[in-house]
Amino acid sequence: MTLEELRAALDARLVPEARRWLAESLAAVRRDPSQIRLRFPAAGRHLGRGAVVNHASSDEQVPRWTMDQAGRVLLLAELGDRVVDELDELYRYGDADEQRAIVAGLHLLPIGGRGLPLVVEALRSNDARLVAATVGPYGSARLPDHLFRHAVLKCVFVGVPLAAVHGLDRRADSELARMLAGYALERVAAGRDVPADVWAVVHRFDPWEELAAIKAEMKAPRAAPRAAARRALAALAAERRRS
Amino acid sequence: MRIFEPHAHMTSRTTDDYETMAAAGVTVIVEPAFWLGQPRTSLGSFVDYFNSLLGWERFRASQFGVAHHCTLALNPKEANDDGLRREVLAVLPRYLAKDRVVAVGEVGYDSMTPEEDEAFAAQLALALEHDLPVLVHTPHRDKLAGTRRSLDVIRESGLPPERVLIDHNNELTVREVKESGCWLAFSIYPDTKMDEDRFVRIVDEYGTERMLVNSAADWGRSDPLKVVKTAAAMMEAGRSEDEVDQVVWRNPVEFFAQSGRLELDVERPAAPATFAGNSILRGERPA
Repeated sequence: MTLEELRAALDARLVPEARRWLAESLAAVRRDPSQIRLRFPAAGRHLGRGAVVNHASSDEQVPRWTMDQAGRVLLLAELGDRVVDELDELYRYGDADEQRAIVAGLHLLPIGGRGLPLVVEALRSNDARLVAATVGPYGSARLPDHLFRHAVLKCVFVGVPLAAVHGLDRRADSELARMLAGYALERVAAGRDVPADVWAVVHRFDPWEELAAIKAEMKAPRAAPRAAARRALAALAAERRRS
Repeated sequence: MRIFEPHAHMTSRTTDDYETMAAAGVTVIVEPAFWLGQPRTSLGSFVDYFNSLLGWERFRASQFGVAHHCTLALNPKEANDDGLRREVLAVLPRYLAKDRVVAVGEVGYDSMTPEEDEAFAAQLALALEHDLPVLVHTPHRDKLAGTRRSLDVIRESGLPPERVLIDHNNELTVREVKESGCWLAFSIYPDTKMDEDRFVRIVDEYGTERMLVNSAADWGRSDPLKVVKTAAAMMEAGRSEDEVDQVVWRNPVEFFAQSGRLELDVERPAAPATFAGNSILRGERPA
């Protein structure tokens, strides 16, 4: 979604009072960029917090624009090139909603690579919604390979579905597949289920060492790992049939 | 009975206390920013404290269906540190713009120094600017003089008295504060400041209008169920259910609703919930 599409989608949802507040706030921020320090945190109670568009997805973890987030990104964008002077402190003093809006909107701001440290910082959090924002368009385009792979692995750990990872097909590589298969092996050895969405990446690169170890768990002394290995290999086979 | 706890330092309490309070009928808590029993030495400690009042405490409370709010300010004790006073007052406007901040507080006096004067006046001005009510802490020592001086400073600030809640009152301060038009709160403690029976006698004399009680629930000897126990003491003393409801619910709602940021309903997240990856189950997932 482009900035103008986001603006139009938000506008369609706003009640007149909220629309007035947004127009006033955009004008205030244009006049005096430091005004964003007061307008940005207040966006939720003036604009509302509902979804901007009704996505068909019922998955709560897939990031989608809410009215407060969209409004916050429009405020940031209004600063133009001066946004870099405010961005770091807005993030540092931001609450969970504010930080998420920043990370989710970085690709819509004229900042080049200067937002990357914030994505890296957000990756250190364990807040699933914030982690999901790190693998949006900005993080996916700019995270170095090593950090991108760890971001994907962290998504799996904290329960963010891999459907939320922007451009996963393009950026997945054999090393990421090895890491995901290693994670699957750990789960199987503990007798646990493996998140179903890892197999699409794993099967593209077939990391044989980890897959062999999962097969070996079929002969484990305990029943739970044996059953978990059976379920995992069945899921992998189903993925192969699909593609 | 519905209970609003208008002043509890939940940062110092265990998760079990939230559970106990919720079971006793507490559905809303306001947590004022104060000091932590020892002085902080850097701005970062304040920033992390404010963030925890807006984030982690709200999450902990929500696990038990309790709607958590906070009041934010530089407290009078730490206002005496010149460097911190400058730095905390500089970041405070950002925080006063946030959701769930329902007042500026606790402000006021500790030792009535010029530094405290400066911080108090500056934060009353911030309250006007941010359209927020104010929670005023009255000093432990020289309380009557400190309360009078607080009322003078408030009058000079231009804040209307109905936007101000004067806290930690006792028999000596109640008359003048009531006459000022400000709201009055009483911190009910196990053995200091004020107890349930003394509060009941004050209500006999001054009525229930603009009166609030709280348990403070801080890191000292205190009891997070004191609002519940005060309500029971009022009933036992023959006050009507309507009068009790006014003190433990309608008055705090009316006062803090002036912020426009009071949210009385809390959505209980589906278990197992986490905040920043941290659950009150300490990492242990139910099987």
